[in-house]
Amino acid sequence: MNDKQSTIVKAKDVHKWYGEFHVLNSINLDVAKGEKIVICGPSGSGKSTFIRCLNRLEEHQKGQIIIDGVELTNDLKGIEKIRREVGMVFQSFNLFPHLTIMENLCLAPIWVRKTPKKEAEAQAMEYLNRVKIADQAHKFPGQLSGGQQQRVAIARALCMNPRIMLFDEPTSALDPEMIKEVLDVMIELAHSGMTMLCVTHEMGFAKTIADRVVFMDKGEIVEVNSPEKLFNSPQNERTKLFLDQILLH
Amino acid sequence: MQVMTQDSAIKKSITWCRENLFSSPTNGLATVILLFLLIKFITVVASWLFFNATFVGDNRDACNQGGACWVFIKTRIDQFIYGFYPNAERWRVNLVLAAFASTIGFWFFTANKSKRFLGFWTFLLFPILSWNVLRGSNFSLTSVETAKWGGVFLTLMVSTVGIVCSLPLGIILALGRQSKMPAIKTISVLFIELWRGVPLITVLFMSSVMLPLFFPEGVQFDKLLRALIGVALFSSAYMAEVVRGGLQAIPKGQFEAAQAIGLSYWQSMRSVIMPQALKMVIPGIVNTFIGLFKDTTLVAIIGMFDLLGIIQAATTDPDWLGFTLEGYVFAAIFFWLCCYTMSKYSQFLERKLHTGH
Repeated sequence: MNDKQSTIVKAKDVHKWYGEFHVLNSINLDVAKGEKIVICGPSGSGKSTFIRCLNRLEEHQKGQIIIDGVELTNDLKGIEKIRREVGMVFQSFNLFPHLTIMENLCLAPIWVRKTPKKEAEAQAMEYLNRVKIADQAHKFPGQLSGGQQQRVAIARALCMNPRIMLFDEPTSALDPEMIKEVLDVMIELAHSGMTMLCVTHEMGFAKTIADRVVFMDKGEIVEVNSPEKLFNSPQNERTKLFLDQILLH
Repeated sequence: MQVMTQDSAIKKSITWCRENLFSSPTNGLATVILLFLLIKFITVVASWLFFNATFVGDNRDACNQGGACWVFIKTRIDQFIYGFYPNAERWRVNLVLAAFASTIGFWFFTANKSKRFLGFWTFLLFPILSWNVLRGSNFSLTSVETAKWGGVFLTLMVSTVGIVCSLPLGIILALGRQSKMPAIKTISVLFIELWRGVPLITVLFMSSVMLPLFFPEGVQFDKLLRALIGVALFSSAYMAEVVRGGLQAIPKGQFEAAQAIGLSYWQSMRSVIMPQALKMVIPGIVNTFIGLFKDTTLVAIIGMFDLLGIIQAATTDPDWLGFTLEGYVFAAIFFWLCCYTMSKYSQFLERKLHTGH
């Protein structure tokens, strides 16, 4: 893990403020290639803000973030380069409602990677098969269920062949019966060796695939450990309190 | 069998009348009175428009039946369409109008692939070519001053230029107003607020009277061209605000998703944000188009004879005094047909672009 060559995400003393509010307070985290990280914590703890900083949807104000050897600065070229390599899945899917599923998937490969249309469509079909939704390729997002839309969103991110995938509470907006179909796709993706950072409260999912679980509270990383250790014998009081609350509900 | 269905149809309509028109004595009375007034109104209007109207003849003496005198329109129709464009050269106007109509047709029936050339033609080649053909300084055509242009042809020209220019300019201004770059934002805001705060009449007056004062001596700049630029800039300020309304209705997640998959600013605007924003404000866009189309009649006050201007001029012809009403009704029908067509087309577009969300 400390092997420098395999570190793909490096956050060093990252700070961010919203006005007076210190939303990220000295975040340090190294993620190795192929590693799966689950980030959990109470709402307002800064976990979403942190992973949104990793592809510059949010700007950090102090510290260093290095993705795959490129540091995130105000340089637009660098940001665009990193965004090509980092896929993101949102809580509210954010599919493009005016485009068909197929067009949603092909948009970025065709415009950003300049992939020929035929090739892009063939690749999109492959990913749609992987998320088991190929038969819906020519529908519009509005005609799909939430779970289906989120699987399309995952496929859309994968179509750029990213090296890192970020998930921002991917199952929080879903009806309970649809959570499993999305998690299954994510587990399959994890087994394929993708580097993943997930903000989620799905503890079962964390136990299945996470190499490390990061617990955040009040803008700080409170505890980082393997899922077994963090869930079964949390070291910090705040972690204990949080786990008690989510397990009791 | 057929009698039975006819019977039940009659029964159905009787029940409908009873429920909707005669449900109480007051309602019954209201129905009768309104029906009486309606019939009275329709008879008066229809007899003026058609039954007592004169369609045949070639001077005012033919009109002696008390109804409308359509002879007036008939003898003047060429002027209403072409203005004072010389008789022998009117084929040039026809040519441009035909090309214009085919261009619209091509937009409807061309596959997306060849739209790039079509755009190049519509926004660059066609305007330059038509200006040259109509003005006639090149191509060894007789020169026809723009002061002689008029009628339906001028109305269509001014409104088309306004409509075609205002949308792209409006989009750019709307994006500029939302820009994070202070200079671009300030310029856009100033431009929009300046043009929107000034009446169109003022813009036209400035373009025709004041602007030439600032030109260096000897520089000639066609009056119609100046008016066209004024109308285009004026309407683009309105369009900018309509488009901005659409932009603000797009959820933040759409911008973020477009960024996250690696699209650049212009790419995400072009393929993600604008298609959704424009679709949402189709009613507002068409509203602006229709308003602009009718506002083109204001060019009459700077001495140009658009359809309404030329009709007004015709009604002061000593041979045809007293036929103002016919002229205005004719103009009203023309404007209504054009505006209604735009309105219908926008409804069709809204249905076509609906993707079930």
